[in-house]
Amino acid sequence: MYFHNYIQQNTYTNNMIEFKNIFKQFDEKIVLNDVSHRMETGMCNLIIGTSGSGKTVLQKCLVGLIEPDKGEIDYDGNSFTDMSEEERKLLRQQIGMLFQGSALFDSMTVEQNVMFPLDMFSKLNGTEKLKRVNEVLERVNLVDANKKFPAEISGGMKKRVGIARAIVLNPKYLFCDEPNSGLDPQTSMVIDKLIYDITKEFNMTTVINTHDMNSVMEIGENILYMYMGQHEWSGNKQEIIFSKNERLNSFIFASEFLKDAKDMRMLEAKGKMDNDRNMDELLK
Amino acid sequence: MTFFTDFGRYLLMLKGMFSKPENHKMYWKEFMHQCSDIGIGSLGIVTIISFFIGAVSAVQTAYQLVSPIIPKETIAQIVRDTVILEFAPTLVCIVLAGVIGSKIASELGNMRVSEQIDALEIMGINTRAYLVMPKIAASLVTIPMLVVVSMVLGILGGRIAGVASGILSPEQFNKGLLSNFVPYNVTFALIKSYTFAFIISSIPAYFGYYVKGGALEIGRSSTKSVVVSCIMLLLADYVLTQVLLNPA
Ligand SMILES: Nc1ncnc2c1ncn2[C@@H]1O[C@H](COP(=O)(O)OP(=O)(O)OP(=O)(O)O)[C@@H](O)[C@H]1O
Ligand SMILES: [Mg+2]
Repeated sequence: MYFHNYIQQNTYTNNMIEFKNIFKQFDEKIVLNDVSHRMETGMCNLIIGTSGSGKTVLQKCLVGLIEPDKGEIDYDGNSFTDMSEEERKLLRQQIGMLFQGSALFDSMTVEQNVMFPLDMFSKLNGTEKLKRVNEVLERVNLVDANKKFPAEISGGMKKRVGIARAIVLNPKYLFCDEPNSGLDPQTSMVIDKLIYDITKEFNMTTVINTHDMNSVMEIGENILYMYMGQHEWSGNKQEIIFSKNERLNSFIFASEFLKDAKDMRMLEAKGKMDNDRNMDELLK
Repeated sequence: MTFFTDFGRYLLMLKGMFSKPENHKMYWKEFMHQCSDIGIGSLGIVTIISFFIGAVSAVQTAYQLVSPIIPKETIAQIVRDTVILEFAPTLVCIVLAGVIGSKIASELGNMRVSEQIDALEIMGINTRAYLVMPKIAASLVTIPMLVVVSMVLGILGGRIAGVASGILSPEQFNKGLLSNFVPYNVTFALIKSYTFAFIISSIPAYFGYYVKGGALEIGRSSTKSVVVSCIMLLLADYVLTQVLLNPA
């Protein structure tokens, strides 16, 4: 990929983000309470949980926008916690992030927003940059909005511009805070698939905050369920169906429709498993 | 106590401005953009206030100098010196503290609250260097220029008003304008302008950059930044005058 060359390549071997015993408190309120987990490379790592459970704060701690009170964060085995300002700056040039509120530069058009990281960090010429911008805008299903300002587009469109801006430099680490809240189910699927595809294509470490159950079931390869600032459960999308965690079940399968769907899957699996006699293993 | 926390953080912000630019071209572009925003953007208001300040000071000086012993040319001298020493640098900068200060504070405040500053940070950009430094640098370049423009327009305003109201003739004004001129006064005024330019750009930048909360706080911090920079400006004015213009 031509746009890969100018990003400083590092020599890490085991790419992943690992964090241990993260605590964060705002005044009296404990927001993160001893959270540990590992975000795998080449996978979509999901952080799920009810509104206010600390997903956004956790994600911001991981990238250093919020300094945790305690805890260790490692990027590919290198301690992020101990990095100097300059070292963090270099690492961040390989991070793409979509904010919950999109955080587009409102003095710039859509095109300029997406082009900004290229302007800042790439050595491409004008036409190459424009080509790349149009390429990513097309991937997020956004055409004909190039010359519009953020104030002139809808919330869902802003989200997609935010994603385009986050992926335009092909980051090694992609953080998305609710990439598909405010999107219709169809566009939502497109975005999920896009994130999944680029994660696989470029072997990225992708961290997604979501409470969209479709996303969980579609792309949840490594799911962290947060409950009141704590690591409550983790696993993948198959395990989530068979999980016996009460809180997780009432969070994920909140509606009657989903409860029924879960029961059906359980029965289906049980039928199959009875033959194989390893149901216990699945129902751990 | 909060004063010391604020002051420390303010100094840290200033220190953080000096780092190697990630991309020189982008920084230059931002600097030029700020120059045009701050400099050209305030030219209109500076023109208007300077002209009227000069006019008013001519008429008022004439009103106060009732004695027939004092020659009319003195009016021109006084107008020239007050405009150069005080009105052009101080008054213009107080107005600019409102115009530029609130603009800087609310622009940065909005970027902070809507996470645009975080978005830049996460790209690996030093936002103090990219957002704050060009604003202060542009102020340091353009505000002294505006003050010089203001001096010329103020004196012109005084001349036009003096002549139009029949206080003195154009010849008398010109004669007074050229007599006893002290070039050091202009140097002093420029020293003041650089100091004020720094005050009215860096203090609002601090208030905007570290704003917390929502739209309401942006408005509040921008008001506060204008008040604080005006007070600091007048304090600096007094100190500089005492130190650099002490007749004793
Ligand atoms: N800067 C802050 N200062 C004080 N409290 C905060 C701050 N940021 C977040 N909180 C608190 O931390 C808790 C977790 O917030 P967070 O934004 O992480 O929730 P979330 O899981 O992302 O929710 P949502 O799904 O609604 O986005 C909330 O109770 C919130 O009030
Ligand atoms: Mg959130």
